[in-house]
Amino acid sequence: MYDLSAAFGAALRMVAGFDPALMGIVALSVKVSLAAVAIATVLGLPLGAAVALGRFPGRRGMIVVLNALMGLPPVVVGLLVYLLLSRSGPLGPLGLLFTPPAMIIAQAILITPIVAALARQVVEDAWTEYQEQLRSLGAPPRRAVWTLLWDTRFSLVTVVLAGFGRAAAEVGAVIMVGGNIDGVTRVMTTAIALETSKGDLPLALGLGLILITLVLAANAAAYTIKEVAQRRLG
Amino acid sequence: MHAGATLLPLVLDGVGYAINGTPLVNELTVTLSAGSRTVILGPNGAGKSLTLRLCHGLLAPTSGTIRWAGAFAGDPMRRQAMVFQRPVMLRRSALANVAYGLKLAGMAKAERTERARAMLDRVGLLALADRPARSMSGGEQQRVALARAWALQPEVLFLDEPTASLDPAAARAVEAIIRAIHEAGTKIVMTTHNLAQARRLADEILFLDRGRLVEGSPADLFFRAPATPEAAAFLREESL
Repeated sequence: MYDLSAAFGAALRMVAGFDPALMGIVALSVKVSLAAVAIATVLGLPLGAAVALGRFPGRRGMIVVLNALMGLPPVVVGLLVYLLLSRSGPLGPLGLLFTPPAMIIAQAILITPIVAALARQVVEDAWTEYQEQLRSLGAPPRRAVWTLLWDTRFSLVTVVLAGFGRAAAEVGAVIMVGGNIDGVTRVMTTAIALETSKGDLPLALGLGLILITLVLAANAAAYTIKEVAQRRLG
Repeated sequence: MHAGATLLPLVLDGVGYAINGTPLVNELTVTLSAGSRTVILGPNGAGKSLTLRLCHGLLAPTSGTIRWAGAFAGDPMRRQAMVFQRPVMLRRSALANVAYGLKLAGMAKAERTERARAMLDRVGLLALADRPARSMSGGEQQRVALARAWALQPEVLFLDEPTASLDPAAARAVEAIIRAIHEAGTKIVMTTHNLAQARRLADEILFLDRGRLVEGSPADLFFRAPATPEAAAFLREESL
């Protein structure tokens, strides 16, 4: 039986000493999740805004599907991307399976619905307030979408960071399409799972601490940005 | 201000508006001509705001027709503007709020900044041009909204209860701006349930009650000798 406090102490020493193995894992995690969040933002925000403002057949169904996809199980996404990228899959020739790009793709698929569904809510609320004024000023739909996205930008930062939190914390998808290869596709969550099963608790704990700190920091940043903006811009 | 083709007059012919079969505006037939200040007067729920939105084109009538009978052939939205009871301020400076409308109208950046500053000056807010619009008081926001509408140099300006949520001093400032906009050549069409304000601003009264146009007459005549019992009752109650 491992001594918990000893493991904790060892974990803190690794973090404080910027242990290179640990830092490499952290850096890859951040890189993969940031790339995924960038893709999800570029796709998800306009999609959310379009569903918020659009009046097309099947819109209600689309909202329900988007909201449901927020709870998409990571392992299902992992399986899907695995099938797409595996040697015999349609995108197999690209040779992306078990590389960081595969992990980015999986995480982007996972969090794009989250960003889109939350953005839809934010933009739709703003649209309720702005609609008559923007139409009165003669804003064409495309312009109206950009105005709404710009005016809700601080709420949307929170939306994007919610996506980042989800991407950084998930393990099922990245382990399936990344393979948890040491030094290549090992990220914080997959490393924690592996090290715990191996019994290397200090490394797992250290990574856990960093992961929690990272997610906390992201949310603190989102909260601060929103507070400051609201005080300044109303 | 507007040489050549005009939008006005606005002709409403048998206009009705119903939601789920419940009629809220009925058989409205009236012509709004250039020049005068038209005040749509009536108790709450009379259909004043709906009528204004129908005229401005924000709502489509469920029966009857609304058309701009002037010779202007372009997009009518470009020649009219509206100010709402609660001003909708974008999350940016007062100046940027005024310039936003001009940007939509296709004006170049340097020109629209200059025009926006001039308009803020006219409503007495040039000193606050760089303040975030949402941090301003209700009265100041409504003046920004007026500047934003006026900057477009509309032929017609619709105003929906523009002073209903303002204190008396702010309301007076808004009324003064409405007068100035009218004097600069814009047709005014506004709703109010405030009789004193109607007396101060109206050239012509359209009195609505329960979705119907009960009486339409020159303001002095309307206040001196209302022709219908509904209008007479409204004048009596409001002056108590």
